[in-house]
Amino acid sequence: MARLPLRVLALLYLLLLLVLPVVLVAWRTFEHGVGAFVDALSTPNAIHAFAVTGSVAVWSVLANTLFGVGMAVLLVRHRFPGKRIVNALIDLPLAVSPVVVGLALILVYGRFAPVGGWLERHGLQVIFSLPGMVLATIFVSLPLVVRAIVPVLEELGEDQEQAAHTLGASRWQTFRRITLPGIRGALGYGVVLCLARALGEYGAVAVVSGRQVGQTQTATLFVEERYQNFDTGSAFAVATVLALAAVLILLVTKLLRRKEVL
Amino acid sequence: MDAVQLKIRTVTAVASLVLAGPVLAACAGTASSASGDSGGAAVTLSLVAYSTPQAAYEKLIAAFQKTGAGKNVKFTQSYGASGDQSRAVAAGLRADIVALSLEPDVTRLVTAGLVDEGWNSDQYHGMITDSVAVIGTRKGNPKNVTTWDDLTRPGVQVLTPNPFTSGGAKWNILAGYGAKSHKGSDPAAGAAYLQALFKNVPVQDSSGRASLQTFTGGKGDAFISYENEALFAQKNGQAVDYTVPDSTILIENPIAITRNSAHPAEAKAFLDFLHSPDGQKIYAGSGYRPVVQGVGGPAFPDPPQLFTIGDLGGWSKVNKELFDPGQSVMAAIEQSLGVSTSAKPK
Amino acid sequence: MTALPLARRREFRLGTGLGLGTAVLYLSLIVLIPLAAVVWRSTDGGWGGFWTAVNRPDSWSALKLTVLASAVVALVNMVMGTIIAWVLVRDSFPGKSIVDALIDLPFALPTIVAGLVLLSLYGTSSPLPVNLAYTRVSVGVALLFVTLPFVVRTVQPVLLELDRDMEQAAYSLGAAPATTFRRIILPNLAPAMISGAGLAFTRAIAEYGATNLLTGSIPLKTQVAAVNIVGRIESDDPTGAAAVSTLLLAIAFVVLLGLDLVQRRSARHG
Repeated sequence: MARLPLRVLALLYLLLLLVLPVVLVAWRTFEHGVGAFVDALSTPNAIHAFAVTGSVAVWSVLANTLFGVGMAVLLVRHRFPGKRIVNALIDLPLAVSPVVVGLALILVYGRFAPVGGWLERHGLQVIFSLPGMVLATIFVSLPLVVRAIVPVLEELGEDQEQAAHTLGASRWQTFRRITLPGIRGALGYGVVLCLARALGEYGAVAVVSGRQVGQTQTATLFVEERYQNFDTGSAFAVATVLALAAVLILLVTKLLRRKEVL
Repeated sequence: MDAVQLKIRTVTAVASLVLAGPVLAACAGTASSASGDSGGAAVTLSLVAYSTPQAAYEKLIAAFQKTGAGKNVKFTQSYGASGDQSRAVAAGLRADIVALSLEPDVTRLVTAGLVDEGWNSDQYHGMITDSVAVIGTRKGNPKNVTTWDDLTRPGVQVLTPNPFTSGGAKWNILAGYGAKSHKGSDPAAGAAYLQALFKNVPVQDSSGRASLQTFTGGKGDAFISYENEALFAQKNGQAVDYTVPDSTILIENPIAITRNSAHPAEAKAFLDFLHSPDGQKIYAGSGYRPVVQGVGGPAFPDPPQLFTIGDLGGWSKVNKELFDPGQSVMAAIEQSLGVSTSAKPK
Repeated sequence: MTALPLARRREFRLGTGLGLGTAVLYLSLIVLIPLAAVVWRSTDGGWGGFWTAVNRPDSWSALKLTVLASAVVALVNMVMGTIIAWVLVRDSFPGKSIVDALIDLPFALPTIVAGLVLLSLYGTSSPLPVNLAYTRVSVGVALLFVTLPFVVRTVQPVLLELDRDMEQAAYSLGAAPATTFRRIILPNLAPAMISGAGLAFTRAIAEYGATNLLTGSIPLKTQVAAVNIVGRIESDDPTGAAAVSTLLLAIAFVVLLGLDLVQRRSARHG
């Protein structure tokens, strides 16, 4: 059915919207040679921005993985009141704008807010500091690990686990030896998605970080700030690195997902 | 292990190595900042400044760290719109030194109890650099826009930010107003000029830098800005020219040490360095007019009819008559244009 | 479930309770309480205060632009997404798997990078003879980019699973391809298309990073709701920001609720 025109239309749309812009940025980045590219990435601020992005990502992926596995087991294997509400809460972050996340965290953990004020009096500053950025990143990537594991857990079924229980295995043993290996693929997929989301977060951290150059500036905030200072070289260089990381993650998720189908 | 599994493991391994880079850097980063410097007690000062002098402060900090007083001093820096930075400090952003675009942004911190009331009682009245308002155009000035009157010519599109969201935008407006009202003595003429000017302003961005970027992005024929901003754009390869009008306002940028600074001695040492000939020379190299005489460095043109905010009656008078969001010259103009006046920068 | 010794059962309940408590605490501290704080703060000035804050010229204009642009974009990507999904499932050409993988790029790319990327091709210094910078159209282009994958990924699995017997029957009875599509395939795809469009819409109204650079985020002209919210936070107006945020959240919920209803209805009929 009208095969060629549809194919052309689809590919043209993707070309203009997706492919050309990305290729153009990569081309512009390397316009002045690979040397300039490496130089732009080696400035102390750029390195620090990567470091901040990395540490925020590590903490939030860790937190959401622990939460994700535990929550998935609770949702699938246990009954408790309020399950629908909990389910809704888990999916909520997908519908919230990242800047609203930032505002929400400021209202609770900011200096003049109840929780934030108490924490600050005890020496822990949340907003304008790394903990706030980690919280924001946890928020936006919260559902990813849970939702990756739940369908697989459901499919696995309880039989093996129950068998283990009756044979005297403790909960931890059962989990470690039976449940965990079963969800390994899905867990990997969820973790990678969570990592991708954490590395790319911009709106929420923009609001809670105070944008302190060399201090609370992530790679994404670095791109924005360099661009605003007419330093397109640095902005493009870091943007290209982030884009390459995104493409890499896409490939990994593609392979992991295909494994699930097999 | 089958072929697909092997492939997956290989890609995952490579990906983890690539992505582990920033993670390892993060661990290294946090470790080094925790261990501190090897020689002497390392002090970290927090500088919160408005956005345009970022390049200058990066040079100034490096130079200060080469001096005896600055040897073991580290810095964290935050840059943003002057009003936003001032509000952030009032809301809890830690700062030892605040360097802002205009005096009312420091006054806000005085009211919040974060800056001493006598902050501007020194010989420089609390100011660290000066600049002037200029008229910027495309390179080569094809439409020949050089005077305040030229900005009101039909067909000339002028960019200047919204004074109700950008405190710094007020300098731009005061420059035109002061010039056409003969340093404030003829307020009616000044108001009439502003009305004619804003008929030619197609968009009002939320900050001076955003306005400049809209211009370099291709919109408009001319823009009003600070001399140091125009110079910064030129230094970074943007195709702009600018003219210093004969009559324009002296833009004075304040700096202050906060009361709750953990290291007031080191902060004062840094401030002294900034006022020193070496420091002022670095400012001059970045396009800011020094407040200290005879410093050397690039020469700045002297407009014959330069006036100050003092000549216009001071900030309180000007804020009330021109910039009150409820009733003032600018509020009336914005309302007639349908532009918002209600983002109160106080 | 086989009978377990009583002690064992009690241990399980305690463990579950602890785990559940921890999970609920995590959710509360990170999601529930902060979001509740936003809604709570927005009511600081009562209903009147809420509407005054939302009705401010720049915020109202931003909300209108956001909702309108997102709706248009959701519709466009509903059509294009279906076409792309069709091509990916029913067609075959060299490089198809690469194209398939690329569709997810907007999911993985940071939004600020997306903004830079679009600025390069559609801004002032573009090699193409097009300059959309500072126009309302550019808002649409940015949103088209970030919502591209949604409809494709909801329609694709449905197309893959589609039973082709009815199609074959229709062809053999002499129906034109267009008729077959309209009467047999489309009704099966419709729920997925609507679902994808709804998700695209909720994603689009939340967008912040991709629009800033290309559109200039000019108040009253090209500023979207999220940028307006940040502006109000930075101008020390958290109540106003909370009001606009709450309205945005409400719009998202209404759409998601509608989607839920559509899905349930199609599950009943399908």
